[in-house]
Amino acid sequence: MSDIFGIPTQVILGQLLLGLLNGSFYAMLSLGLAVIFGLLGVVNFAHGAFYMLGAYAAWFLWGRFGVNYWVALLLAPLVVGILGVGLERTFLKHLYKIDPLYGLLLTFGLSLIAEGVLRELFGSSGQSYPVPDLLKGALDVGFMILPIYRVWVIVASLSVCFLTWYLIECTRLGANLRAATENPKLVQAFGINVPRMVMLTYGAGVALAAFAGVLSAPIIQVSPLMGSSLVIVVFAVVVIGGMGSILGAILSGLSLGVIEGFTKVLYPEASNIVVFVIMAVVLCWRPSGFFGKD
Amino acid sequence: MRMKNFTLMFYVSLLIMGLIAPWLGIYPVYLMTLYCYAIFACAFNLMLGYSGMLSFGHAAYFGFSSYITAHLITVYKLSTVVAIFAGMTTSCLLGLVIGFIAIRRSGIYFAMITLALSQLVYFVCLQASFTGGENGIQGVSRGDLLGLVSLKDDLSMYYFVFLVFVMVFLFIQRVVNSPFGQVLKAIRENETRACSLGYFVDRQKLLVFVISSTLAGLAGSLKCVVLGFAALSDVLQATSGEVILMTMLGGAGTFIGPVLGAGIVVTLQDTLSDKVGSWVTVIIGAIFVLCVMAFRKGIAGEVHAFLSRRLEKGAPSENP
Repeated sequence: MSDIFGIPTQVILGQLLLGLLNGSFYAMLSLGLAVIFGLLGVVNFAHGAFYMLGAYAAWFLWGRFGVNYWVALLLAPLVVGILGVGLERTFLKHLYKIDPLYGLLLTFGLSLIAEGVLRELFGSSGQSYPVPDLLKGALDVGFMILPIYRVWVIVASLSVCFLTWYLIECTRLGANLRAATENPKLVQAFGINVPRMVMLTYGAGVALAAFAGVLSAPIIQVSPLMGSSLVIVVFAVVVIGGMGSILGAILSGLSLGVIEGFTKVLYPEASNIVVFVIMAVVLCWRPSGFFGKD
Repeated sequence: MRMKNFTLMFYVSLLIMGLIAPWLGIYPVYLMTLYCYAIFACAFNLMLGYSGMLSFGHAAYFGFSSYITAHLITVYKLSTVVAIFAGMTTSCLLGLVIGFIAIRRSGIYFAMITLALSQLVYFVCLQASFTGGENGIQGVSRGDLLGLVSLKDDLSMYYFVFLVFVMVFLFIQRVVNSPFGQVLKAIRENETRACSLGYFVDRQKLLVFVISSTLAGLAGSLKCVVLGFAALSDVLQATSGEVILMTMLGGAGTFIGPVLGAGIVVTLQDTLSDKVGSWVTVIIGAIFVLCVMAFRKGIAGEVHAFLSRRLEKGAPSENP
């Protein structure tokens, strides 16, 4: 096996795969964050909490009712999405007219509540969730060994990202959505129920986070704090990408995941902070981010 | 006028209460912790309340400064005051760097950037060798005050912390009422207009950022000396959240509000944490939601609004 800079190609490819894996989670989460911010003007701090709730929902459904992975993949986002819609109706909708900072603070409070309740119910230690039978094992593709589940996660999340992008950029529903982002009053005047659209968008964005949570459940330990540090990285990703564009969110999520993976090979100590350092550099050089409008 | 007299009386009675508090049987360490968080919240309020900048990463200065102070005292045996000043200087520089990057964006982005950069500081503290990783730095001795008074005694330590707190409180009042403070309020109300009036908005914002982070560092160093250790939890984003809650709950943009908020949150944690476990997080989250939904002015803001309505109604108006 050949070496690159004295590091075996196996290791590099392995970290590349891991980077793509993390990157697809960043992409899914920052995508939801960007869509919600675009329409609601709210930075959803609770996004990490919804991701965590998705994973817990899958774990709970499996442990208590024996619901299998594939059903959970649909059911958990649905449940969490409905919860999100409920929260939007009770709390968030009262905050659209005031400073967006209040939305951030409210969702921060909500995520604290979610974390505390789950820690009280299930303890703070991690729970494990089995890999579904169909996706167990690994694939030998000659130059490296591919764990099937990880490949599935990357494929599934990229398809979901692409689907969301298609939905927003290429369909009538998406056109309405984009119009409402630009000028909600005018869209309302055309007879489109904007408050309902806002509500469903929040639900969908939150469901996307829960979907990511279910996908991650078999790879990482399901714990109450699994979302809180992830959401900060996703914030940095969003600052780097700029919240204006869907494709920008996906691309910057993926590429930052890969960069993080490479950093793990070259200089492991810095792998936790590389995204933040890149954010600082980008801010000095291009304050509005790579795909930002303003 | 009556409002002014009332405020003055209120502060004087608070001062007297602070001076006699340790003689009333209240645990001095609890009070000192409270003052440290009050300094922290007052420093934070300088940004949120008077400049309209929500920093989501103030724990970085608070915690990092406490590590510096603890390290200097335990390893280099520096005297307490010097170590506290060194902590402040470090957080001043840290604030300068982070502020320089963060003020490039405003509003919601500013909050996200400060949060991300404070997470960077957290990882540095977690991995650096001098911080002791998960264990933190234990056994920080209180030492003495410039070789004159020993701070080992809780009572002398109490008056030292109280003095620092009063000084910070007066300093912040001075800053807010200065021309600089007026410019800050102008930036808070309308940044574009302040800019078009010829103020160097970025410079003013950076200055208030640095003042606030330096004072947050002072609070952290002081807390480390009081309790005798520096811990990883002080750099955590939860601490950044707590200081926001203290300021919002008490009343952002009021002088006494952050002190009040710090008192409530510290008391809550002190009395509840061993009884209800992780429900404390839930309670703090619920207070957050309550603050945002029901009373955004905070306790002091609501009381002030109520009192000025009541007091000014009866009195003849001064300038008709």
